[in-house]
Amino acid sequence: MKNEEIIEKIKAFLVDEFEVEPEKITPDANLKDSLGLDSLDYIDLVVVIESNFAFKVKPEDFSDINSFKEFCDYVIQKVNAKELV
Amino acid sequence: MNNRVVITGMGIYSCIGKNLDEVRDSLFQGKSGIIFDPQRKDYGYRSALTGFVERPELKGLLDRRARIMLPEEAEYAYMATLEALANAKMDAAYIARREVGIFYGNDSSAKAVIESNDLVREKKDTTLLGSGAVFQTMNSTVNMNLATIFRLRGVNFTVSAACASGSHSIGLGYHFIKTGLQDTIICGGAQEINFLSMTSFDALSAFSIRMDEPQKASRPFDRDRDGLVPSGGAATVILESLDSALKRGAPILAEVVGYGFSSNGGHISNPTVDGPVRSLERALQDAGLQVSDIEYINAHATSTPAGDSSEARAIHQVFGSSNPYVSSTKSMTGHECWMAGASEIVYSLVMMKNGFIAPNINFENPDEDSAKLNIVKSTLQRDFNVFLSNSFGFGGTNSTLIVKKYV
Repeated sequence: MKNEEIIEKIKAFLVDEFEVEPEKITPDANLKDSLGLDSLDYIDLVVVIESNFAFKVKPEDFSDINSFKEFCDYVIQKVNAKELV
Repeated sequence: MNNRVVITGMGIYSCIGKNLDEVRDSLFQGKSGIIFDPQRKDYGYRSALTGFVERPELKGLLDRRARIMLPEEAEYAYMATLEALANAKMDAAYIARREVGIFYGNDSSAKAVIESNDLVREKKDTTLLGSGAVFQTMNSTVNMNLATIFRLRGVNFTVSAACASGSHSIGLGYHFIKTGLQDTIICGGAQEINFLSMTSFDALSAFSIRMDEPQKASRPFDRDRDGLVPSGGAATVILESLDSALKRGAPILAEVVGYGFSSNGGHISNPTVDGPVRSLERALQDAGLQVSDIEYINAHATSTPAGDSSEARAIHQVFGSSNPYVSSTKSMTGHECWMAGASEIVYSLVMMKNGFIAPNINFENPDEDSAKLNIVKSTLQRDFNVFLSNSFGFGGTNSTLIVKKYV
């Protein structure tokens, strides 16, 4: 999967499933402060990552991730690692 | 302290109507909300009969965070409460300024429990349940969700008392306000209606199997009744101290004047006459009313052979001298279980407001006990000022409420 496709997928579920306003999604947008995700939303991110990218994460894996770009990089790295295997 | 307690708002979401206007029309017309659900037959139910109401579309009304916390019965409760608050002219700004409480009757959230465990069994990983499941699966789900959505800051807990849950929730609300602990409490009852929720009840052979005539299956007090029909939805009333209602110029629909309760002290599911009699007498005593003051009784009668007979005997024992009008709206709605005690207060309030008594449909032939009651067979256009509503549940829990027109 290309990086752009992964980013588009992430944007799509943030808008469709988390009701984040599309114009707020920028690379530097903070997941909590700018996109409005709370601690319970992080639990739901585990579920949408599994259903969209077929790999499992733990909520604590997100502890160092703050911005939208960092989140995308994390997912891209995981998807690529999986494809290499 | 001995505050007068009034009802300033009501809301309903049921198989005979999704708002007060629809419900008024159905009650007046004696319209049944019962259907045959083929899915139940396939699943292994003895009876595929049920009340049916569509789930509300909440997108646009509630954000995602709120929506994913709500199981079916809490969605119904939200709709009923939204209508009740609007009816009471109570907005978010008022709620933010005051301490508004909530007592909601609920006694299961089976679908959410079953579906979340099915998923874990399949995926072998609880983290894939997401954040909503825990808040949907708990028995207090309606309370926790409504208290969050409406930002309530007063008393907040769930009343679980089987098929008397909704009635006891109003009884408790009445006492909290009467004694000055709270000014305003949202009370009600909710009941899930999905096919996963009623299997164990069906196992008792308690449901009617008159499946060729769904709308004739629920026939409380009729000689040929063969069991109840499960149903659901939600009903809400806003209870308020008279002082509070007058101060804010609220519409006053009626006054709660009496609450009676008792426990049978016997079998877990077999009814008694003595238990309900003590509940009826306690409610009358609390209200300071005479037997002859009660003009209409909304009976608990669910259409089971034993339950209806026992209630008929209890009503006759207490009210035989005055013989007030009696009907069971379960003839139209089926048995709304955890919700019934609250919905039947709303149904009776709708009747009192509009000057009629809804019929006990399908009452074609009495048995020896119901023959002694003054059962309303067809819609009776008549003003009345005082009604009484019974609710009984497994474990022998009994609840009786008396409501009076506010003058």
